[in-house]
Amino acid sequence: MEFALSEEQEILSESVRKMLEDNINIDLLRNHSKGDDGIRENIRQLVIEMGLPGILIPEEYGGSGLGVLEAALIAEEFGRYAVPTPWIGNSVMAPTALLYEKGNFLSEKWLPLIASGEITACVSLTEAIGKRSNAGLKLDDSKVSGTAIFGLDGELNPRIIITVLDDNLILIDTENPGVTISEIPTIDSTRPVVEVVCEGVDFEIIPGGKDAIKKTIGVGRVLLAADILGASLNMISNAVEYSLERKQFNRVIGSFQAVKHMCAEMAADIEPCKSLLWYAAYAQDHIKEEADLLSCHVKAHLSEVGHDTARVSTQVFGGMGFTDLLGMHYWFKRIGLSRQMLGGPEKVRQEAAILQGFLS
Amino acid sequence: MDLNAGPEYKSFREEVIAFLKKNSHMAGKARTPVRPNQEELEWQKKLIENGYAARTIPSEYGGFGGDSDVLKSRIIAEEFSQSSIPMGMANQGISMLVPTLLELGTDEQKKSWISKTINGEVIWCQGYSEPGSGSDLASLQTKAIVDGDDFIINGQKIWTSGAQISDMMFCLVRTEPDAPKHKGISYLLIDMKTPGIEVRPLMTMTGHAEFNEVFFTDVRVPKSQIVGKRGEGWYVANATLTHERGMLGDPNQSATRLKEIIDLMQEETVNGERLIDNPVYLDRLMRLQARVLSMSFNSLRLLTASHKKLDVKMAKLIVKLNGCQLNHDLAGFAIDLLGELGTIYGRSNHDHGSGKWQWKYMFDLGLIIGGGTAQIQKNIISEAGLGMPREPKPIIEGKK
Repeated sequence: MEFALSEEQEILSESVRKMLEDNINIDLLRNHSKGDDGIRENIRQLVIEMGLPGILIPEEYGGSGLGVLEAALIAEEFGRYAVPTPWIGNSVMAPTALLYEKGNFLSEKWLPLIASGEITACVSLTEAIGKRSNAGLKLDDSKVSGTAIFGLDGELNPRIIITVLDDNLILIDTENPGVTISEIPTIDSTRPVVEVVCEGVDFEIIPGGKDAIKKTIGVGRVLLAADILGASLNMISNAVEYSLERKQFNRVIGSFQAVKHMCAEMAADIEPCKSLLWYAAYAQDHIKEEADLLSCHVKAHLSEVGHDTARVSTQVFGGMGFTDLLGMHYWFKRIGLSRQMLGGPEKVRQEAAILQGFLS
Repeated sequence: MDLNAGPEYKSFREEVIAFLKKNSHMAGKARTPVRPNQEELEWQKKLIENGYAARTIPSEYGGFGGDSDVLKSRIIAEEFSQSSIPMGMANQGISMLVPTLLELGTDEQKKSWISKTINGEVIWCQGYSEPGSGSDLASLQTKAIVDGDDFIINGQKIWTSGAQISDMMFCLVRTEPDAPKHKGISYLLIDMKTPGIEVRPLMTMTGHAEFNEVFFTDVRVPKSQIVGKRGEGWYVANATLTHERGMLGDPNQSATRLKEIIDLMQEETVNGERLIDNPVYLDRLMRLQARVLSMSFNSLRLLTASHKKLDVKMAKLIVKLNGCQLNHDLAGFAIDLLGELGTIYGRSNHDHGSGKWQWKYMFDLGLIIGGGTAQIQKNIISEAGLGMPREPKPIIEGKK
């Protein structure tokens, strides 16, 4: 037994971190939030050069065939740097959906294109978690109509949309007529989400039914938790760093116990989350019977811890934390979006209870 | 990450299960702080012989002399807990003094004490805190003055659990009053039957006396009873404090408690509805379950790290703070589940087991304070873990 990251996993994390460290900073994030797409294209190119979009995709389809844990470690780094590039939907949930039943023609057709970075895939599973009164897709004369909301990774003209129709995952080729994609303005400018409006569009059913939906949501939740972990760790280390520079009453504010204890509490809450995330991600590939429960727990728990971290670390910065000058709010908001995506904490805890037979 | 145990461990687990099946009738009940009876002494002996207690203590000092395989230790703990059979004895002598002696004791001290301690023949208490020296432990004032071949000790200790049943105390005393506070302390082994020692039980908020005060009046202790050199007691003690903090945040205890709470929720009904069917309670249960899981996985991470010598400083520093708070919160939840019945603390027809939870809820608050308060833990986490500075010394009025 070994409860630790392998050397290869450490190297993967470090190389992604190095790439991001060299290519992303707060000014670029700010420009991006104002509509400058430069950083988005640059990072996307680098991500493709590193072969990351194919992380989960088997070698026969041009990917590297690694696991959910590796994908989660990358998500952690993307959260740490608030990276504005497709990841959780395109590179993780879409391949998970298409790989649920091996050897179907949809995988053969689309996975190589996702792996090579030629296309992006947008994933919207909101309908399977909580139906809304003015959204959802309907079957209409063997075509699909309606609106899928909160699609992840739909910002780069996605070639395919993966979403739900009743008890199935479906795939929509956006080259078919009748698809309109537009951005939903959320608090988080680093990671756009979209609305997909369909008017009588052709689609394919992805095999796997309800179980494939469940698996795709489970993996997505683990990955969102990883993003929150990275974002939280960044907020804590920035807060500590700031507290060691900022002086009041002739001392660095980080020498006041009030500030130290805020930081210690954040560190104490976040540290065990690393182990929880590793286990939950590992379970997705290796411990089938625990995978669903752990994906609920890791999503809910990191949503709560991340929420507190975002608030408390902002307070460590004092008034500056509240301004746009330091830009810590990009992480605050990114955590805010992740917390709600694919089910907020109460919703996923309820699922965790049901999975253990406690509620019916 | 590889959570599969190899075939060696599978067969080791089977071995432990077979042992428990064959011998469990010999096991006593876990009772503290009562001196072990004959039955318990024999059970402890059997556990050591088979390597289920004192596993890594060298055989020349009466231990099993096994390798320090953390996974095997975990398998033993899991299987004993699974069959609800008490592990070997756990007391301050075994968990704190023995590791200290192994690291820093003389050969004679190791030979004199380790075997008797692990076998439960000699029971120890810890003499660290004093009324004026709690969080600032290094300011302790109990004095030891040299007189011929002896130290003569005067002073007072507090929070001494088990003092009334102990044979010996490992104790911090000030031997060099003129040295800086951390450098004037020595670590002594004191026979509790020495004239001049008085033990007074200390009644706590639980209504029981889990601790004592110990008074020393001209107590003579041979100079040979020192561990480490004169003035180095602080460093000797710190070797054991790490062991104590690890013991206080044990995640196995939280997991056991969570399981008991789930049982309670499935059995207890209010208005004919089982507590487990109440979604508000369930939400709280799920929150706690996630915390319990996080701390269990954190301990798995520590296990691997100690085996592979990985640096996991922060993961270690948080165990006492998080673990004690979690245990306290679990007990508090159990009380809330029982509602009015949760306040019963004594014999009553309406008692649904709240006494145990109330005791834990109160005692755990003591543990949050004891063994380095939560606030001291936060100082350590921020200083040793996050690299933040110590609080500067206050400027004393009139001394500008």
